[in-house]
Amino acid sequence: MIALSHYLALGAILFSISVVGIYLNRKNVVILLMSIELMLLAVNINFIAFSHYLQDTAGQVFVFFVLTVAAAESAIGLAIIIVLFRRRHTINVSDLDSLKG
Amino acid sequence: MTFEQLAFYFFASIAVLAAAMVVTVRNPVRAALFLILTFFAVACIWMMLEAEFLALVLILVYVGAVMVLFLFVVMMLDIDFDQLREGFAETLPIGATVAVLILLQLVIVLTSGPFEIEQISAPVPAGVDYGNTHQLGLLLYTYYVYPFVLAAALLLLAMVAAIVLTLRKRTGTRTQKPHEQVQVRREDRIRLVKMNSEKKD
Repeated sequence: MIALSHYLALGAILFSISVVGIYLNRKNVVILLMSIELMLLAVNINFIAFSHYLQDTAGQVFVFFVLTVAAAESAIGLAIIIVLFRRRHTINVSDLDSLKG
Repeated sequence: MTFEQLAFYFFASIAVLAAAMVVTVRNPVRAALFLILTFFAVACIWMMLEAEFLALVLILVYVGAVMVLFLFVVMMLDIDFDQLREGFAETLPIGATVAVLILLQLVIVLTSGPFEIEQISAPVPAGVDYGNTHQLGLLLYTYYVYPFVLAAALLLLAMVAAIVLTLRKRTGTRTQKPHEQVQVRREDRIRLVKMNSEKKD
């Protein structure tokens, strides 16, 4: 028998790895998007584990919506990267300073 | 150790190792491929949790569509990716510290008791007549029907947005313009000149 905490720990480890990924690759937008996908996946593991152990399918419905939003987000994000590369010939985050923020 | 535990640790270790490779590997194409491996391992874990529909959706939609999109984009960009890794070694200690702190906090909460097998026992495995897709559909088309339709609209919006963002009107190409062709009038093309006939010498 596998305890619920095992699944939650797996989600926690994947989430921490993607936090490291955001720190390490903070100049590369493509890897940043991949890290965000990894984060959403880690959260989805928690949803499904709770849904299974509490015998409530509503958790899986939420995973369904998270997947939908994540797919839309990555499609638009990649489109923005393409437009960005066409105009600036770079995807380096530190070069994107025209807003002077 | 039962077969179930063995399978869980096998898939979990693959997922963690592949995720670690995603964030550290030099080549973004390899990062995308390792992300696909992570998705596959996690889909297997979702299968163990009796979420078959979502596991298959993860493989079909994520690996089949989103990750292929990632690969396309990475290959379309002509970039020196090594230059983007500047400061990789300097930020590693900070990032690792933050991540270890987050992990430590989560582990303290998770292992403090309420999520152990004694508190929440694993449910009885579902019988052969159980359909995860059926259960999910029952919820999705009754209680969650408005969010479901909204999600469909969101996907349409994302599709339109992605197309509009990347649409590019190229100048200098020779193409037919049908709307100008059908609007043309006689006066635009022909000029009748009245002149006297001349005598041939």
